[in-house]
This record gives sequence, structure tokens and C-alpha cells, in this order.
Amino acid sequence: MTTPSTTSLAVARAVGSRRTAGLLRTTGGRLGVIGCIAAGLLLVIALAAAFAPVVAPYDPDFPDLLASLSGPTIAHPLGTDALGRDILSRLIWGARITLAGPGLVILIATVVGTLLALLAAWRGGRIDTAISWLLDVLFAVPGIVFGLIAVAIWGPSLITVVCGLAIAYVPYVARVVRGAALRERNMPYVAAAWLQGQSGPGITFTQILPNVQPIVVAQAVSSLGFAVIDLAAVSFLGLGVQPPTADLGLMVKSGFDSVLRGQPTEAIAAGSLIVLIVWCVTVIGDRLTSSARSMR
Amino acid sequence: MTGNDHHAATRTTDEPIVAARGLRKVYPGPTKGDPVIAVDDVSFELYPNECLAIVGESGSGKTTVARMLVGLETLTEGEIEVRGESRARGARRLADRRRWASEVQYVFQDPYSSLNARQRVGDIVATSVGLHAGASATRRDVRTRALDILDRVGLDDRFAEKHPHQLSGGQRQRVAIARALAADPAVIVLDEAVAALDVSIQAQILNLLADIRASREVSYLFISHDLAVVNQISERMIVMEQGRVVDQGRTAELLADPVHPYTRALRAAVPRPGWKPVRRERLAS
Amino acid sequence: MTDHLLRLDDVRATLRLRDGEQTLLNGVSLEIGAGEALGLVGESGSGKSLTTRAITRMLDPAFRVSGEILFDGASVPRMNAQALRRYRQRDVGMIFQDPRAHVNPVHRVGDFLTEALVRDRGVDRRTAERRAVALLDEVGVRNPEHRLRQYPHELSGGLLQRVMIASVLLAEPKLILADEPTTALDVTAQSDVMAILDEQRRARGLALLFITHDLELAAACCDRLAVMYAGEIVEQGAHVYDAPTHPYTIELLGARPSIDHRVERLPVLRYDRAAHELLKTEAS
Repeated sequence: MTTPSTTSLAVARAVGSRRTAGLLRTTGGRLGVIGCIAAGLLLVIALAAAFAPVVAPYDPDFPDLLASLSGPTIAHPLGTDALGRDILSRLIWGARITLAGPGLVILIATVVGTLLALLAAWRGGRIDTAISWLLDVLFAVPGIVFGLIAVAIWGPSLITVVCGLAIAYVPYVARVVRGAALRERNMPYVAAAWLQGQSGPGITFTQILPNVQPIVVAQAVSSLGFAVIDLAAVSFLGLGVQPPTADLGLMVKSGFDSVLRGQPTEAIAAGSLIVLIVWCVTVIGDRLTSSARSMR
Repeated sequence: MTGNDHHAATRTTDEPIVAARGLRKVYPGPTKGDPVIAVDDVSFELYPNECLAIVGESGSGKTTVARMLVGLETLTEGEIEVRGESRARGARRLADRRRWASEVQYVFQDPYSSLNARQRVGDIVATSVGLHAGASATRRDVRTRALDILDRVGLDDRFAEKHPHQLSGGQRQRVAIARALAADPAVIVLDEAVAALDVSIQAQILNLLADIRASREVSYLFISHDLAVVNQISERMIVMEQGRVVDQGRTAELLADPVHPYTRALRAAVPRPGWKPVRRERLAS
Repeated sequence: MTDHLLRLDDVRATLRLRDGEQTLLNGVSLEIGAGEALGLVGESGSGKSLTTRAITRMLDPAFRVSGEILFDGASVPRMNAQALRRYRQRDVGMIFQDPRAHVNPVHRVGDFLTEALVRDRGVDRRTAERRAVALLDEVGVRNPEHRLRQYPHELSGGLLQRVMIASVLLAEPKLILADEPTTALDVTAQSDVMAILDEQRRARGLALLFITHDLELAAACCDRLAVMYAGEIVEQGAHVYDAPTHPYTIELLGARPSIDHRVERLPVLRYDRAAHELLKTEAS
């Protein structure tokens, strides 16, 4: 039991060491060297994908049947696929969906999850119990199953899968944010706001949310990596993005057949790009998570 | 003794702002059969424009009493009235909570965790001003008043744009006091408000609290374990031990000539010129 | 010179930052004789805790440390790993502000007390326990046999601090470093713990470096005082409390409210970094 009177100088002391820790931390920076490399790579991929019409050397859907399955040439640096489409162009266009799809999944999951978490943390009691129970149920079902259920109901399409996966990712965000929000809720500054007569929503959005925001961002970025893999897997199974649209998951699948015909470039290139994106996102997520933790 | 008589005389004409009767707080214990009695039958009155100190060691229940007064703890038994209105059952509606906030304010011990690290100092105070300014006040009015209050606690305009982590402990506690003043309260509860501060900063904050009382009518309920600080700031004091009030009276008299054995023990343990530490329970071993 | 147990000579600690450096210990020199008690007094950020960490070589590696620290004639900065371990285990005993953070909560009090004796000194468990019981008794712990079987969370802060004192005394060091040992305690427990520490230290002829923010407490328990400001010792000696000469000490003593009388306004410290620098340039 530490009552306020006895902790008086313990507080002062903790403050002193906090100051020193702050000095030490600024020398490291938030992302670190590897984090910065990952962020740089991801930025390049995202920019290339965003400006695909400009950057891509060919129309990704134009079939040059005469040059199908050519190896790397000067005209086609990564060669062409079975239909003679330029693999590099398809990679660049495919990265669009591979980034945008999971991005949308995480955006929806983060907004819904954060709102649920804040509601649970502020109201507590039965509402908290009910929300926690709902999250536990969602947790028990693997994410990809939601995607498959959505496909079974509304038929295969990107939007269907995104919605299904978004539901699956809600508990991943909500559970972490709820824990952080509960911690903040018990801080004296929240009690101070309550004693000022600030309303519940007012305290939640002006006091608690800004303080859990670094954790929300870190958790969202960390989950993004998993969403990339899940969405690529669904496309690989042929249940997400439909051909002929360029998508990395689809390219791995169509590249599979070419491997048997001695041309592994498509599968390798698409697979590598997925791995690279996931690596970048995971590294950034890790760095953001540890920096969000050390801020407390 | 004339001072005491005078005080008694003023007391009969004034109504107390805060009247607490038979406060009791029982927490469920670790096992079912033994509940923890944190506060037991505590009664006190706080009059306009006075400083009442509640003194005690850890576990005495002094902070629990303060938290019960502002509604951070519920009452197991007893009655708390502020200006004749009962607060024993807590605030149901936001409007009540806001009105109560304009009567009693609270300053926490730790000036680090009691300020939102993501808000600028000016916004912290302005939020409080805005909640109590009424609907007719414009953003500009609120801002001007917030800066004015910051100025009164000794922080000039430059501080309004800063974040709490850019401030020293003493400056942060000034912000916390400014936030309390922004509600224009009749009572400020100071829960060990200077305990975490260095001696040099402590003196500044104690002087600031005295200055505030000189410039406007306000009562302090000053929770502290430090008898020297209590002697400097309060007129009356209550001594609590294990949840009960064991002694009370005028601070100067109680400290000059303590009669109750617990008050004597507390007084004797304070380091001062010529003092030597004494073993309490030499016989116990 | 040789009769000093501990001697710090111009100890500096500098923290390297991305934008420049910050010197947190700026030439600290002090001596403690065998059996002597020195009170190191300062406000937060003055460097008093960093000084104790420098003495035990426990400063964060981000610090660049210079200067000489001699313990019993041996240079602490030049000790090899083995000598350093021996120095920390046998020569110096440490008591901290928060005893709970320095005991393993899942070990019984008895194991905590006897562990080092059994492991490092080859004392058998029975003897170690007997010694622990005797010492607990000396530091005023009632029913010591029972306490040995309890866990730290079952003990109050004051009691646990006495257990810490007993554990330090068991190791039979020559110097005790006590870093704010009573700050987290109530005043009555503080008086109690300081009396025990003082009595046991005198009985065994141990030296004490007592780190505190409380000038009055240090004056009551120490032979000499050293006052720190901004990583420097501004004044030291036996006179500091009764007849301070440095403006910072004088102002610090004046700023503390008194239990005996009340003043209209407390004097506020005017001594700051600027005054400090000015005074130093004037002196040199």
C-alpha cells in the first residue's frame, strides 16, 4: 500500500529519472536506423503504387501474346507472364491493391475498435463486460474465416473480403486500446477533468484519446502486416480480387503454373514484394509500439 | 486566548461551507470476514476563508476524507453538506457535477500525472474556464481569462503555449492551482500539494497559496503529513490516526503544546535544531 | 590522506546527447574517514544520487565519467570485474529509498537475508539464519524467527527498511551508502529507522554516506555535511548546519517552514544557476 503522503519524494525521484530517461531516449530517435530504412522502402513502394499510371512502363492488362513467358529482357526487365503481360507493370499496379485493401481493412478496424475500446473503458461495468465478451468471441474465430464467410454470403470480390477481414481485426485493435485507455482513465489528470465537471465524451475525446493515440497508431501499423498476408492469401485462393485485375496474391497463384514451365520470375517477384511490404510494416509497427510503451 | 475567542465569535456568525458528519468508509478486505475501515466517524466543519489542515501518517485516512468530499470516493456512512446541499450520494447529472466543481476544487499531489501531457498549459486552464464561464462567453473571453489566471499564479503568457513536460515541478503545480482557480471555487482541497516539491519550490507554492487567500475569499482543506508546512499555512488542524480523529484545535496551540499522545509523538519525530532520532520500540525486541 | 576510507577527487559525469553534452556531476570531491558519517544534502537534480552511483560504478553507460574514486586506497574506476564484485558485495552496503524495489517479492525474508552469506561466504544455512535472527532482533524487529518465514509484501515499509538495514549489516561492510532511506516513510518511522541505523553504525564503527534532501535530518545523524547544487559540492564541513557560509545553504535553510513559529511569508531562494555561475567566476 502506498498512500500519497508516503510516496511524496518517490514521485519527485521518479520524475528525476524520467527526465534522465528522456535525455537518453532523444539520442536514439523513434524509429531507429532500421525503422527509417523500412519506412523509406515502404514510402517508395507506396509512391510507385500511387502513381502507377505514370510509373509503370506498360499497361498491366495489355497481353502481348507473341512475347508470353519471356525471361527478363531490356524491354521487360522482369519478363512477361503467360499472357505476355509485363510483370514489372503488374507488380506496380498490384502493389496498389495489396496496400490499399489491407489499409482499408485496418482503417475500418481501427476506427470501430478504438470507439468500442473507449466506450468500454469509460463506461465500465456491464457495457465493458459486454464489449469484452464480444471481442473474445471475435478473437476465437481466425481472421481469414470472416473473409471466407463474407465471400460465401456476398460472392467473391475485394470489397466483400475487406469488410469481412475488418470485422476480424476489430478485437486486435480494441483489446490493446482498451487496456491503454483503462490505464489512462485511472490517471489523476482524468480525475481532475472529471472534477472540473467535464462530460464523459468530453473527457474521452479530449483527455484519454490523445494519450492513447500513439498506441492506436502502433497497433494499427502492426496489424497491417497481418492484413496484407491475409488478403493476399484470400486472393491466392481466388476468393478476393478477381482476374484480370493485377494483384500480388493473384500473381503468385498465376505464377505458380509458369514455374512448371520454367519461368519462376512472376511468382518470385510477387512473393518477394509481399514479403518486403510485410517486413517494412512489421518493423515500423514494432518501433512505434516500443516507443509508445516507453512514453508511459 | 483572545485570538481563539475572536475566532469562535466569527464562527457563530458564519455558516460553514462544508459540514461533514460521521464519515465512514469501509473497503472490502482481502478475505470476506475482515473489511478494512479506512475512515471511521470523522466530522468536521470548514468555514469561509479559513485553512483547515488534516494531518496524519500513511493509512490515517486523511486522503480518503478529501476524496469523499469531492466525490472521488463514495461514502459508506455519514453526511457531507456543501452550502447546505447534501453530497453524500454523489452527482447524478452532469449539471450537478459542474455546479459542484464551481464550489469545491481539488489539487493533486503529483503535478506530473495530474496534468494531461498532450494539452498545452493554456488549453488546460482554458478548458476549466470554458466549463464554468457560461454560454455567453466567447472563445476570446475564455482565452483572456485563462491567461489572466495563469498570470495570477505567476506564469506569464509564454507558458500558455508550452506542454507540461517543458515545465518544472513547481511550475506544473502552479498550473494545477490555476486550473482549480479557473472554476472560481469557494473551497480548494489540496491533497499533499507541496509534498512532492523541493524545499525551495515548496516555499514559493506556500507563498502563492497565501497570496491567493489575500486576494480573494477561499477556504483550503489542506491534507498533509508535514507538520512544519501545516504550521505555516493553516489556522486549524485535525489529527487523524487509523481512520479516526484523535485530536483537533488551533494549529499554533496544538503544535506549541500538544496534549494528545499521538500528536506529541508526531511532533517529537519532526527533525529540528538539536533533535536526535529516537527508537520507538526498544522494548519490543 | 591515507586514513580516508573513501575519497572522491574531482569526479565528473557527462551525458552525451545528440545536441551537445550535459555535465551532471561537475567536479565532486569528498572524503569519508573510517567510522565517520557524512550527510550529502541537495535538492532533486543536484546530483547526489548520481554521486552514489558513481561510487559503486553503477552509472548508466551513456555517461562519460572522469576523476578518481579511492576506496581503502584502491581505485574504483580501475577495478577489474572480480574486484568490483567483491567491493560491491563486501565493502559497501546499500540502503535505498524504496526497499520493496530491491527485494525479490517471491523470496522469503529469510532467504533474502541469508542468500549472500550462504552463496558468497560459504557460511552454512543454520549459522546464517542464526545470525540473521540475532541481527533482526538488534534492529528492533519483533519475533524475528517468524519474520524470516514471511514474504516482503507482508511487511510494512518501516519494517522492510529495518530488514534492509539488517541485510546490509550481515554483509559486514565498511561503508554504508544510504540513499534517501527514510523519504518514503512516515515521520515516526523515519525517526525510528534513523535511530537504529545510527546506533548500529556507531556500535560497529561503520562509515556512512547519507544522501537526503532534508538538511535537518542529515544534521541530526551525521558528523559532517556536504551540500550539493548543480552537480557540485558548494559547502562541506561540520559547521554547515549551525553556521552555514554559502549563500545557497543559508537560503535553503531559511526557506523551510518551521514547526515552532509561523512567518508572514517564507523567504524564497534567489540563488539560481546564474547566481551560481557568477559566484564561481568571482571566486576564481
